[in-house]
Formats: sequence, C-alpha cells, structure tokens
Amino acid sequence: MIAGALLFVLLAPFVGVPAVVLLQRLHRRCAAWGAAAAMAAGLAVLAPFVPRVLAGETLVARWQWLPEWGLDFALRLDGLGLLFCGLILGIGLLIVLYAAYYLPEKDRLGRFYAMLLAFAGGMLGVVLAENLLLLVVFWEVTSLSSFLLIAYKYEAREARVAARMALAVTGGGGLALLAGVLLLGQVAGSFDLSEVLARGDVVRAHPLYPVILGLVLLGAFTKSAQFPFHGWLPAAMAALTPVSAYLHSATMVKAGVFLLARLYPVLSGTEAWMVVVGGVGAVTFVYGAYVALRKDDLKGLLAYSTISHLGLVTLLFGLDTRMAAVAAVFHIINHAIFKASLFIAAGIIDHEAGTRDMRRMGGLLRLMPWTGALAIVAAGAMAGVPLLNGFLSKEMFFAETIGHPAFDGAARYLLPVLAVVGGVLSVGYSVRFVHEVFFGGAPRDLPRTPHEPPRWMRLPVDVLVALVLLVGLLPQVMVGPILLSASAAVLQGEVPAFRLAIWHGFTTPLLMSVAAMLGGLLYYRFRHVLFALHARLLPRDGGQMAFERAYRVAELAAMRAMAWLDPRSLPAYLALLVGFVLVLGVWAWRGGAPADLAGPLAWGSVDPLTGFGLLVLAVGAGGTVLLHRRPLVALMLLGVAGLMVSLGFLRFAAPDLALTQLSVEVVTVVLLLLALRYLPQVTAAESGAARRWRDAVLAGLGGLGVAALTFAMLTRPFETISGWQIAHSVPGGGGTNVVNVILVDIRGFDTMGEIAVLAMAALGLHALLQGLRLPPAAGVASAQPGEGLPVMLAMLMRPLLPLALAVSVYIFLRGHNLPGGGFIAGLVTAIALMLQYVAGGIDFARARLRWNYVKVLGAGLGVAVATGLGSWVFGRPFLTSTHGYVDPPVLEKFELASAMGFDLGVYLVVVGTVMLCLTELGAVSRSGRVGG
Amino acid sequence: MLSVALQVALGMVALAMALTVVRLVRGPTVADRILALDTLSINAIALLLLAGMLLQGAMLFEAALLIAMTGFVSTAALCRFLLRGDVIG
Repeated sequence: MIAGALLFVLLAPFVGVPAVVLLQRLHRRCAAWGAAAAMAAGLAVLAPFVPRVLAGETLVARWQWLPEWGLDFALRLDGLGLLFCGLILGIGLLIVLYAAYYLPEKDRLGRFYAMLLAFAGGMLGVVLAENLLLLVVFWEVTSLSSFLLIAYKYEAREARVAARMALAVTGGGGLALLAGVLLLGQVAGSFDLSEVLARGDVVRAHPLYPVILGLVLLGAFTKSAQFPFHGWLPAAMAALTPVSAYLHSATMVKAGVFLLARLYPVLSGTEAWMVVVGGVGAVTFVYGAYVALRKDDLKGLLAYSTISHLGLVTLLFGLDTRMAAVAAVFHIINHAIFKASLFIAAGIIDHEAGTRDMRRMGGLLRLMPWTGALAIVAAGAMAGVPLLNGFLSKEMFFAETIGHPAFDGAARYLLPVLAVVGGVLSVGYSVRFVHEVFFGGAPRDLPRTPHEPPRWMRLPVDVLVALVLLVGLLPQVMVGPILLSASAAVLQGEVPAFRLAIWHGFTTPLLMSVAAMLGGLLYYRFRHVLFALHARLLPRDGGQMAFERAYRVAELAAMRAMAWLDPRSLPAYLALLVGFVLVLGVWAWRGGAPADLAGPLAWGSVDPLTGFGLLVLAVGAGGTVLLHRRPLVALMLLGVAGLMVSLGFLRFAAPDLALTQLSVEVVTVVLLLLALRYLPQVTAAESGAARRWRDAVLAGLGGLGVAALTFAMLTRPFETISGWQIAHSVPGGGGTNVVNVILVDIRGFDTMGEIAVLAMAALGLHALLQGLRLPPAAGVASAQPGEGLPVMLAMLMRPLLPLALAVSVYIFLRGHNLPGGGFIAGLVTAIALMLQYVAGGIDFARARLRWNYVKVLGAGLGVAVATGLGSWVFGRPFLTSTHGYVDPPVLEKFELASAMGFDLGVYLVVVGTVMLCLTELGAVSRSGRVGG
Repeated sequence: MLSVALQVALGMVALAMALTVVRLVRGPTVADRILALDTLSINAIALLLLAGMLLQGAMLFEAALLIAMTGFVSTAALCRFLLRGDVIG
C-alpha cells in the first residue's frame, strides 16, 4: 500500500515528462493540464498517509536493486519528507498554473513542462530517498534538470552562461556529496538512512568524520547557494520567473538545507559542525542581505534575499540547539511560501510593465492595487512584520541567539547583535522593494503601462499570500502538527516543547524585532551614504565575470592538454595500442616463471596442400599491404586472402565460418568498390620514412608476438569451453549445430547487441550520406548516359534470383541443425538482390524492389526483441528459448525452436544493413553523375 | 586408384592456382588481374569438389555451390567499375 503510493508519487512526474510533450500536440493548454495532473495526483495519493506521518510514523518501502553495492531502491516518508513533498507538489501546482499564463503564446509549453516535471521528480526523489546513494542519484537529476530549465531561453547567451555556471557549481557539489556519502556509508556500515541516522556516535567518533562533514557540506552549500558558492543563484535569475519562483525560492535551493536537516542527527553535535555550518550561515545571512539592497533588478534583490534567508536557515542548524533546529524547519516553510509569492509577483510586474528595473518603477500600487497589496504583505513577511509568518520564525531565531551555550562573557552579545544587523538589512531591502515599486510617485520610465494580470495568473499569489496571513495569524493550527513531526524527523528524538503564538509578551526577541524594524527604516532612508562609502572602499563584485574567466582558462587548458595527449590520428592510436600490448606481453612473459615457448604437445605436420594454401594466403595478405596505395589492386589481393581464409575454415572443419566468410567477401568487394569511386586510383605516401620504420617495427613485433602466443597456446593442453557448449546444444537449445545454437540461444543476448550495432552503423551511414553529392575522383572511368549494360549479365541474373533465394531459405531453415542460419542466409539474400543492382542498374532494381530498407532493419530488430520478450509471457527470463517438434500432414516432421524467430530477426537486420549501405552509396554515385 | 587420380588432380589445380596468383600479382593490366581473380575462384571450386570426393565431405560441395553462385558477383562488380566507374548506377 505505502510502497505503491510512494512509488506512484515519485514516478508520476517522470511519466508526465513524455506525456506533456505528446499532449502539447493536441493543444497548448493540454500540456499544462497534464503537468498539473501529475502534481495533483501525487498530492492526492499522499493525503491518506498524512495522519500516520503526523502521528510520528516513518513509512519505508524497499525494492532490491543492487544489494551487493548497498544500493536499494528504498523510499521513506517521514515528517520532513512529507513537508517537502507538500512544498514541491503544492507550489509546483501553482507554478504550473502561473507558467501557462507567463510563457508567451508562441512558446511550446511541452518542453518547459517536461523539464519542470523532471525537476519535480528529482526533488521528490531527494526528499523521499531512504537510501543515501539513491538520494545522490536524484540530487544529480535536480542539477541536470535545473541546468535545462535555466537554459530554457537558450538563444540568449546570458541564459546559457548562467545555466553552465549553475551546473558547474551544483554539479561539482554533487560530486563532493557523492564522495561524502560513500565515505559515510562505509563508516556507518550502511547506506540506509534508518541505520545511518542511528549511528551518529560511530560516525562522529571516526577519524574520517571531518572529511565526510566537509564533503557533505560542500554538496549542501553549493546547492543552497551559501557563501562563497552563492554566485550561481543571482546569475540563474536569467531563467524564466516561474523557474525562479519554483527552483530558486521553494525547492532546489532548499535541497541543500534539506540535506543539513536530513543528516543533522549524524553529523551535528561537534565543534566542527557548529563552526563551519554556523559560520558559513552567518556570513551568508549578513552578506546576502547587504547585497540585496544594492540590486536594482527586482529578481536580483529577491535572489540575494533568498541567499540571505538560506544563510539564516543554515545558521540556525549551525547553532546546534534542539530549538534552533525547530526554528530552521519553521523558517524553511515560511520562506518557501513568501518568497515564491514574491517571485511570482515580480514576474507579474515584469510581464505587465516590461522591465524588472526598480529605478524605472514607482506608484504601481495605483495601477495594480490587488497584486500590489499582495506583494506588500509578502514583503512584510520577508522583513519579519508581526502578524505575518516570517515574523514568527524570525522571533524564534532571535530567541535562539540569546544565551547560546557556546558563547559566554562579552561574546554572548555577538550572536544577538549579528541577528539584529541581519534583521536591519532584511528590513532595508524589503522596504526598498515596497517603496520603490509601489509608492514614490508615478512610474518613472516604463515600457508599458501596467495593469492587473488575468485572474488565473494572479491566483498563485492569492493562495500563497493567504497562507502567509493564515500561518501568521493561526500558526498552531496551520503548521503546528507538521512542524512537530518534521522536527521530530530532523532531531530523531524528543522535540522541545514550543508554542507557536503571535504574542509572547514583552520579551527580548520582541525588542530585537522592534530594533530591526526601526533600524531597517533608518538604513533605507540613509542608504545612499552607505552606497557611496561602499563604492569608495570595495571593488565591484563580479562573481560571474570571475567564474567565466576561470571557466575559459580551464577550457583552454583542457583543450591544450587534449591536443597534447590525443593527436586524433588513427595511426597514432594504433601505434600506442600495439606498443602497449607489446610492453604488457613482454612484461607478463618476463615476470612469470621461466617457461619455454613450446609446450609439451608434439608438433603436428602440415600436408602439402594446406601448406600451399597458407602460402597463397600470405601472398594475398602481404600483397594487400605492399600495394595498399593502389586500392583497386589491393582490394583484389584482399579477395585472394579472403578466399584462402574460407578454404582454411573448410579445411579445419568450420563450415559455418567458411560459408559466412565466402559471402562476406562478395559483399565487401561490392561495397568497397562503391566507395573507391571517390578515392584516387593511386594515393601518395603520406608519412615520412621515420614514421614508416616505426610502424613497420611495431607491426612486425606485434605479428611475431601474436604468432608466438598462438604457438605457445597450440602446444599446450587446455580445456576449452566448447565441450560444455556441445553437450548442452541439443538438450538445452534443441539444435545440433552448435555454432548456431551459440549465436541465437546460449549467447543470444550478445547477438542481440551485435545486430543492434549493425543496424546502428547502417543507420549512421544512411544519416551521413543524406543529400551528399560527390563527383568521382580523377582517373575513375565515367559512364556515358547512353551506354547500355552487358546483355549476357542482364539475362543471367534473372533466373539466378529465385535460385539464390531458395538457397538462402534452405540455409536459414536448416541453420539450427546444420551449417547455416540467419546470418549466412541474410548475406546470400543480400548478394542475390545486389546482383539485380549490379546487372540491371539502380533504376531497374529500384522499380522492382520498392522496399524501405530502414523499415527492414526496424522489423528485424523488432522481431528479435519480440522473440526475447516472448519468453516473459511464460514467466521466463529474456530470450529464454524453447523448442518442440511439429508433425504437419504433408511435410516431414521437423523441429521448431523459438530461437528461429530470433534468427529471423538476425536475417532481416543483415539484409537491411547490406542493402541500405548499397543503395545509399549507390545514390551518392548517381547524384554525383547527375549533378556533376 | 581414384584416390591417386584425385590427389594428382588436386596437385594440378593447386599449380593452376599458383599461376593465377602470379598473374594477379604481376598484372600488368587491371583486366588481367580481374580475370586472374575469377579464375582463382573457379579453381577454388574445382579444388573443393576434388577434395569433397576424396574426403567424402558433403559440406565442401555446398561451399563450392556458394562460390559458384555468388563469386561471379564480385567479378561483375569489378568489371563494371573498370568500364563505367559506377558499380550499380
């Protein structure tokens, strides 16, 4: 029950990814409906489990995946996970609605929603993962999909650069996290969160603890844009506003603090944790709030404000008291709600006014009163104004800074002062947002006169701001239970008693709030003084520029290193490969116990005919090498070598190989001739003497080495695997031809891969030669259009076609028991069809063979896969074969194996590949003649 | 008796093959080489048939059949290449 539900929640967005792309073809709106359905379905499925989770239960579902590596597909739903699921799906739903209005009419929504859903799925995976490795996997999904989302407007350079930066920073952090999690799993003895969370003592006492902490924090800090890794977040404002509202306020950047919360019981409680997490959080909190005020761009201000608030959450975790952790969770909720609404409002303003530059705005409250009022309320929550949700968590934060156990003496004022300074700065930028946009006279310089947006576009802001107010007014009712259970999940134990209320009496935190408010107003009033001071004392902050410069340098260095390491030349690769194999071989030979090259077996004798054949083979092979600059002659000598190899196969009783080799030879000659048309008839020597000597020595040594190895092997007795295969061929595969049974049954999966590669190669050729026009090379005879074809040949080929096809059917059918099978039969068929082209010309053959060879390829692969899948119907593993005997009334009794279906697939792929190559290469030659 | 005759015939076919290989390597024209290659495959058929009779191997006859049926396709393709430059156009 719970297992199915969790799996559904997690998979629904991923199923939605292709679905919305297809739905968009129906209508623009359909994509939005599809995306909304995926999110809403997740919420609906989770709903029945809410009471159990709120009661403190942790629900775990587990599927074995790679148990030997400790990687199970395990999901857990506890308070923290439920809270985040609610944020991801709930805010996601609002964003889907908002984006449908935000994106221009001409945009194809399918692409956007597909990426958004992929991201939502990744986030859900992060928060639902029970296995730490699984968490890292989904962490990467969020990095990749956020890269795509930021680069949605990929035509804009700014968006591409920002996306790259976000990917480099968060992806790099993800790598660190992976390393950290691997170490953590080693130390804790398990990758399951339930186990790891219970072993905090073991982990903290381990000497590797600082390393683990550092790596995990790198992951968390990069994702949550903590100083000094914050640069990517302001740059990512190049993304669409719905993306910013979703990723950069409510979800993606919260993944980092989620990680802190998740591993809080394991990693916290040490001085290192407090210093690093608290320190980084504090710096980020104040720095972000300071920079936010100086941003003229609406989204820039919100981005730095987000950095600051994430710093606040980090700082709360770093304070490392139980109550501070509760406050951190509370602030995560509040910030997600008000910041998402602010981003959406900023998007509406941008959409309606045509700019995001605050200096050009003013007095917008009169033009868009409803949106303005909502945005002002949300900004109030951001500043921590009473009766709004942001006030409550900020009060808890202030309360936690007072009397922190780690600070005493004069230092005990440090934290409260820091908190008030941060508060002052937050009030300052919130006031700027409200004042410059909505008040202060009339719009100064707007491209368009703004007015209220469509009702549905504003609905997300309505809902979120209503939540801001409701949480602010009725905190205990609205978030009390979920906060309690989420905090329990973070703390893994007793949650300190807390009372969510608007009024706690005249307390020090209240005093601090008042001080922050007044200070913030003053600060905003006199901001120009500070700005002037800043401009004089501090250099311009150019984090993105610096990143770009570093990126360029790294790119150049990588390219230089690659050019030096990798000359991109096939001869060089071969020389390296052969040289390395030689070194390895000599090293292995010298390193082992001294042994004679010749083994104990007696030498056989060579009969004169075989010896003669070997001699001709050597002439053919040697001649091919010596005359390789005259391709046509080399090709003929290659034919000699091929013929001799086939005869050799026959001599040593390998008829399957011989038949294959014979037909491959013919196909090779014809296809190579098609290509030779575009190569010079005599090629010049391209490499110098030194290079040729080096290659000759390497090749000679390599050949001698292989010969020595073969000799050593053949003179030693050893057990081959063929005995097993021969023994199992008939009982297991139902065929007496072991070669064929190996191909289609014992090693059927390998064959599947091979025919797939074959098909891919043919399709690659098809794609590469599409529309290619080539004139023939100099020295190649050029046909005159009127010249006829030899009559004898044309007359001979027609009766040969049915004969050859009959032979190929025969070879195919008997293949399971006697030499033959799909591969040889396919080649024979292809040769018979080829002959029609060679003898009749391409027009003659095309008029009669109106086949689409790409479809033949597809059919072949389809048949092969279908045969494999067929065994699933009977509950057996993929490609399990079965066989039986059929006794039809007229024909002889014969044996039928399911592997024959697979063999048919092989046959079709071979025919399709050869014919596709032939017709494609032929078409190039044809267009060359017609066009040139 | 037959076996001796077959062995002698095998030797003679082998000699013929050796001579065709010499022609193939020496040329001088491409047409000579194509003829030599075609003759070589016909000699191979003869070799296989003789060996099949000598060794009573049915599979050798099948291989001979396959060469007879398909071997000339490459000869035809080579000739077309020489005459017209294109193989299937």
